[in-house]
Amino acid sequence: MNYVLEFDETRCLNCQSPDCLTQCRHIDIDRDTAQEEILKIARGENSFVLKECVTCYGCEEYCPMGNHPFYLIAERQEALGISPVPRPLVTRAVNLGLPFRGEPEIKEINGPVLNMAAFSELNRLVQGKLFEGLSVISTDGRKMFHYFCQLMYLHYAKSSVIKERLPGIVATIMKHKPTQVVCFHDECYGAYSSYCPSVGIDVPFTPVHFYEFLHDRLDQLKELIRPVGFKVAYQRPCSSRLSPDKHHYVKDIFRLIGAVEVEREFADENALCCAGTIQGQKRQGSRKRAAGIQKKNIDDMKKYGAEMCVFNCPACYQTLGDMVAREGIRPVHMSDLCRFAIGEVTGGWGTMR
Amino acid sequence: MGDDEMKTIYQALVDIVDSEHVSNRPEELYIYSFDLGTAEPHPPNYVVAPRTTQQIQEIVRLANREKVPVVPLGGGLSLAGLAIPLKGGILIDLKRMDSILEVNEKSRYAVLECGVSQAQLTSYLSRHHPDLTHSEPGAPPTATIAGNVLIHGQGDLAQPYGFNSDQVNGLEIVLPTGEVCRFGSCALGVSWFTNHPLPDIGLFFGWCGTTGIVTKLSIRLYPARKIRGFGQFVVDDENLVPEIIGKITRTQMAEDIIAYSRAIPPFGMGLQHFTVNIGADSEKELEFKQELIWDDTLGEYITSGVGGYLGFTRGLERPQISKTSDYKKGGGFEYVGSIMPIEKYPECYRRGREISERHHIPYTVTGRCVGVGHSMMFAWTYAFNRADPRSIQHSRDALHETDDLVMELGGVIWKPGTYGQRIVRDRLDPNTRALMRRIKDALDPAGIMNPGNWEGL
Ligand SMILES: Cc1cc2nc3c(=O)[nH]c(=O)nc-3n(C[C@H](O)[C@H](O)[C@H](O)COP(=O)(O)OP(=O)(O)OC[C@H]3O[C@@H](n4cnc5c(N)ncnc54)[C@H](O)[C@@H]3O)c2cc1C
Ligand code: SF4
Ligand code: SF4
Repeated sequence: MNYVLEFDETRCLNCQSPDCLTQCRHIDIDRDTAQEEILKIARGENSFVLKECVTCYGCEEYCPMGNHPFYLIAERQEALGISPVPRPLVTRAVNLGLPFRGEPEIKEINGPVLNMAAFSELNRLVQGKLFEGLSVISTDGRKMFHYFCQLMYLHYAKSSVIKERLPGIVATIMKHKPTQVVCFHDECYGAYSSYCPSVGIDVPFTPVHFYEFLHDRLDQLKELIRPVGFKVAYQRPCSSRLSPDKHHYVKDIFRLIGAVEVEREFADENALCCAGTIQGQKRQGSRKRAAGIQKKNIDDMKKYGAEMCVFNCPACYQTLGDMVAREGIRPVHMSDLCRFAIGEVTGGWGTMR
Repeated sequence: MGDDEMKTIYQALVDIVDSEHVSNRPEELYIYSFDLGTAEPHPPNYVVAPRTTQQIQEIVRLANREKVPVVPLGGGLSLAGLAIPLKGGILIDLKRMDSILEVNEKSRYAVLECGVSQAQLTSYLSRHHPDLTHSEPGAPPTATIAGNVLIHGQGDLAQPYGFNSDQVNGLEIVLPTGEVCRFGSCALGVSWFTNHPLPDIGLFFGWCGTTGIVTKLSIRLYPARKIRGFGQFVVDDENLVPEIIGKITRTQMAEDIIAYSRAIPPFGMGLQHFTVNIGADSEKELEFKQELIWDDTLGEYITSGVGGYLGFTRGLERPQISKTSDYKKGGGFEYVGSIMPIEKYPECYRRGREISERHHIPYTVTGRCVGVGHSMMFAWTYAFNRADPRSIQHSRDALHETDDLVMELGGVIWKPGTYGQRIVRDRLDPNTRALMRRIKDALDPAGIMNPGNWEGL
């Protein structure tokens, strides 16, 4: 099937504030040029933006008109052969998502499920009372790529791979007969709630954001919560930009469990990504650029007194976990922090550490 | 050998060592009859685990008198059947000779008994001399330092310092006739700090224990950098590997450079990955080295899109060749190692992959740079199912074909098994071969030392 991105150029023509690019933290651009460039991109023409974009996903959130500037950029990068990353990294990444160890075992659930997607090995992060009674799918590390949402390929200018594989992934999930699918990773939630609708891939289940689920469960278990009192910084993953409407749950959860989110510069809309993908990009100076972003981010956490850095995304954790720890800030997964708040022994990052 | 004779030898061994450390029980001999590779098993008649040089002398003298073979065994991890008692006899398990006799911090060396293992020295140094380290191979931790040095092994400091056999300051050896000899400064009764500048007697490295048993050795130690880690880089064109290694070595900033390619996991198939170990004493030094390697030296590959930087990880990861054993049911693997000119990497990869695929084995090839681009140890690893004779045969055939390939490509087989030894022997310059024969005959007139190895010279 031919899945076509719905991008409404007329919205850009009438856009009073082309925040998509003027808000971009990585490209210095004025208002008029921003509008000109996004229109060029929409028309399929070349633009310096396609070369300078570090694929942080930010503009998906900045666009106030519900357009999909980042999905558009990724598509045009592919069409014009302007890959942000070197060829062998693209090959490696595209092959990474190919399942090669047989078919997954399918159990019909007929109810809500928690989808671990490509993070089956982190199942120790979804134990205890918060997850009681919730069936988990993608529990076998050898088969997890059957559940991999593929959205990672936006970083590689490979929307074609996403479109080719994602319908099959949705079909695999559907075989479990889920009603709601709680997505362990932001990226999956973004895939099913934002990307699929934008290109016309049918999603027959209701995706649920992990934090929405955690928040509701914590609310039910309120009497068990002992306020943790930690001063925390949140490491917002790039894919959270695909569901800005759910970002408030970070604060809601912190409030519920008595974690004090430090007021820092690089939070929420102004968050800095982990720069894990940036370090390997083709553009001159990418390794240093990534290191600079990481330093700015961690210095900011330190400056405002964070004692803990809370993660959702395992890739962010892999990139930044040790770095924050070396600066005396403890890296922790949101679910572990929540489990700690209800008096449970936490699972830790397991094989990620 | 008759029963009486066997009883006499057994009793003599008990008299030399003690009854706890001698065995002729079939179940124990069985353990010593094979290694992890594809070589045909063959049991010894006796296993003995001595504790002193003197006991080793007495065992060797006994073997000379009785004309029975003697096979020295370290960790038994060299894989090519080199310590399998091909003709039976007395297997000397050296693991009890495990004292670390001296570490000299100023002159940076360690004097060790021959049974000291890699892991033992590593943990001893990190506990007692954290500023020092040795060039540790990626072998399993029970491999011995002596066994590794004697087969011209290479460790994780091979790029700046070369082969581990080049890092030896002195040896104590029990000759095949039982005398003890020392080589290097220790032969003068002074400390074990250098192997130079006495007349060179290179009689023991690469001989598989056929010219004597090393009982003590001194190896060089090096500064252990406070931060050690590895960066990864990847290209999809194997032809780029030699020039990239050339460029990285030119910076003189790496501790170890390994290029590899493998079919499993499939995402890496056809790609050439590099791991480049970097050591530094401060963040400033680390960043300086990283900038030189990734940005200034390899930046051109990145910006032109043909090479990708995969990041830097703190902590060391030993080469993971043994993961190959998961490729097939039954968990076996063996590799052919070779010492090759670096420029042969592309052909080594292509031809090796072709051999693997012909034998239905997922391919794995690895090249470790030895010295400043002076050569590489290139290895082709073949997995097999221990429970399936056909699978073992495929691997064995692939290994033999690879031995031939090494010669064809102009390399030298590293630690060859008997098949490889024959190929090398037949190609040796006749005068060199004759000299080796004379040396061997002079040292081991009874021909008792690890027979089956380096025969027919
Ligand atoms: C997974 C894996 C990874 C490896 N990686 C590396 C690597 O990175 N670098 C590397 O160099 N090697 C590597 N090896 C090869 C090998 O395991 C090592 O070189 C190891 O150190 C050999 O030591 P050993 O004690 O096991 O020797 P053994 O196998 O016990 O002996 C080797 C030979 O020396 C003789 N010998 C042993 N001790 C003495 C002695 N004291 N006196 C006289 N002769 C003796 C034996 O008879 C035999 O012929 C690897 C092997 C494996 C299985
Ligand atoms: S993508 Fe959104 S923000 Fe950008 S110009 Fe178009 S409508 Fe405006
Ligand atoms: S994805 Fe990020 S870097 Fe790229 S244009 Fe959008 S905001 Fe800028």
